[in-house]
Amino acid sequence: MSARPASRWGLRALGLGYLTMLLLIPLVMIFYKTFEDGIGPPIDAITSPDGLHALKLTLLMVVISVPLNTIFGIGCALLLVRRKSKANPLIDAIINLPFAVSPVVIGLSLYLLYGTGGWFSFLAENGIEILFSVPGMVLASIFVSLPFVVRETVPVLQEIGTDQEQAASTLGANGWQTFWKITLPSIRWGVAYGVVLTTARVLGEFGAVTIVSGSISGQTQTLPLFVEKQYANFNSTGAYGASLVLALLALITLFAMNLLKRKEDA
Amino acid sequence: MGISVEGARKRFGDFQALDDVSIEVPDGSLTALLGPSGSGKSTLLRAIAGLEDLDSGQVTINGEDATRKPAQKRGVGFVFQHYAAFKHMTVYDNVAFGLKIRKWKKAETSKRVHELLQLVQLDGLAGRFPSQLSGGQRQRMALARALAVQPQVLLLDEPFGALDAKVRKDLRTWLRRLHDEMHVTTIFVTHDQEEAMDVAEQLVVMNEGRVEQSGSADELYEHPANEFVMSFVGEVNRLGEHFVRPHDMEVVLEADERTEEALVQRIVALGFEIRVELVLGDGTEVWAQLTRSELQRLELREGQIAYLRPVQAKSFNGSSPSRTPGASTPQGPTDEGDAEVTAAV
Repeated sequence: MSARPASRWGLRALGLGYLTMLLLIPLVMIFYKTFEDGIGPPIDAITSPDGLHALKLTLLMVVISVPLNTIFGIGCALLLVRRKSKANPLIDAIINLPFAVSPVVIGLSLYLLYGTGGWFSFLAENGIEILFSVPGMVLASIFVSLPFVVRETVPVLQEIGTDQEQAASTLGANGWQTFWKITLPSIRWGVAYGVVLTTARVLGEFGAVTIVSGSISGQTQTLPLFVEKQYANFNSTGAYGASLVLALLALITLFAMNLLKRKEDA
Repeated sequence: MGISVEGARKRFGDFQALDDVSIEVPDGSLTALLGPSGSGKSTLLRAIAGLEDLDSGQVTINGEDATRKPAQKRGVGFVFQHYAAFKHMTVYDNVAFGLKIRKWKKAETSKRVHELLQLVQLDGLAGRFPSQLSGGQRQRMALARALAVQPQVLLLDEPFGALDAKVRKDLRTWLRRLHDEMHVTTIFVTHDQEEAMDVAEQLVVMNEGRVEQSGSADELYEHPANEFVMSFVGEVNRLGEHFVRPHDMEVVLEADERTEEALVQRIVALGFEIRVELVLGDGTEVWAQLTRSELQRLELREGQIAYLRPVQAKSFNGSSPSRTPGASTPQGPTDEGDAEVTAAV
């Protein structure tokens, strides 16, 4: 490939300009607006009881949803790639559903299922609260972030093939040992990338969680819901501050993976 | 003792990979499974290792029925064409893998691994990762890894197929010597008849999921059971019902009752050996292998008429001619399901 320098630079400028307009400038604006009146107001907003509760609840969503989706995702990817079956295309399509369906619709469907008159309404009648409490929010978070680990793991599994696993079995390793010592280390970056995307998705989930949580301040409000509430109440500094925390959490996740990867490559 | 397979059958979809195959591999011998792509040789090897389940038939390893045993309990060492190196482990950890699974003590593991690395001439590269090794080094590492657990049998699936010609030749000499030292029953799969004859004591020629013939290299070359074996273990010309090796084609300048008239089309000098391509009266193309001095004595020129006298011809009445490997006859369904199809190209 030897494009002329002029056109090469032109393309770069176009790409960078596009990213700047769409991603960088809005993010920088958040930073700017947050600290417009000094560092005090955003910190106050975040350290308010409701703000701290929202932060804790968001982290709780991550801590529950991400491991579950990771285990499910790896298992499902193994099933799709290593066990050829006629049902695979169907499973594959179902896994993509959360990508295709709007989160609001997902939230609504959970509401219909667990709400008054729904199939699983007996749970609430027997004192097991799903809607407007943590279990429902976890369900919504898992639903919307389910495909990431599967999607990132499947291609890596296909690429490594079965030679290494078969070699391990001829050397005496059973299925479990082969998985831990050969398969998992070989697909770890695919899985890690899936985990990062899952985490980011759970951190930022708004639509589905709004519906099932009821967004009760200090009880069922995650950070994104907190941001929205602050914004609606004309407390824009608080909204910006909370947004910034969200953005930072996502960035930390990304950098953590990059750091791990760099350490590995060195 | 050794390995024996009885009546092995295996079908992938509508492709019959193994069709009633039986072989006997004597204890401590080095046997080659030889055949074209899709002949079932890799499938047979993988069935012996337990990496492929047979539809029917029996596999016996050192007197023990292994047919239903999983791969990890068969005590086989397996070497893959594309090395199957554990990419995330160092050379040391690759070789130590089977020992760690068997819970060997650290000191003993270390001693054994270094012995093996010395044997395969990789001592000093123990800390490297497979990506830092050449193809030949990777394959020797894979061999050390397979030998580490002291397998009862060693199975090699086109082990040198992915290497360049020079390295391939070195490694096969080296494998031969290694086998002489270790005496572990060894089967290796190849589509290269020269490699098979060079390394193995016993050859099993396979075609279309069946065994065509087995025996020593000499037996197969001198007394091929059919046309397929004759043309697979060496070059062959077809003269009507007769098959003649190019070095058994005598070229003379005087006709007599046993000769056939031919036109010299092309003379190719390949070093000491000269390849003379001729066309017979009925349009059949054949070639004769001469030495340089024979050519000089005959003073052959392209475009002249000469006479051919087959010194030794064979005919196989009753063997189906459709099973000849050659450009004119397709090889049957070869693509489906057989691991070696892509590998052997």
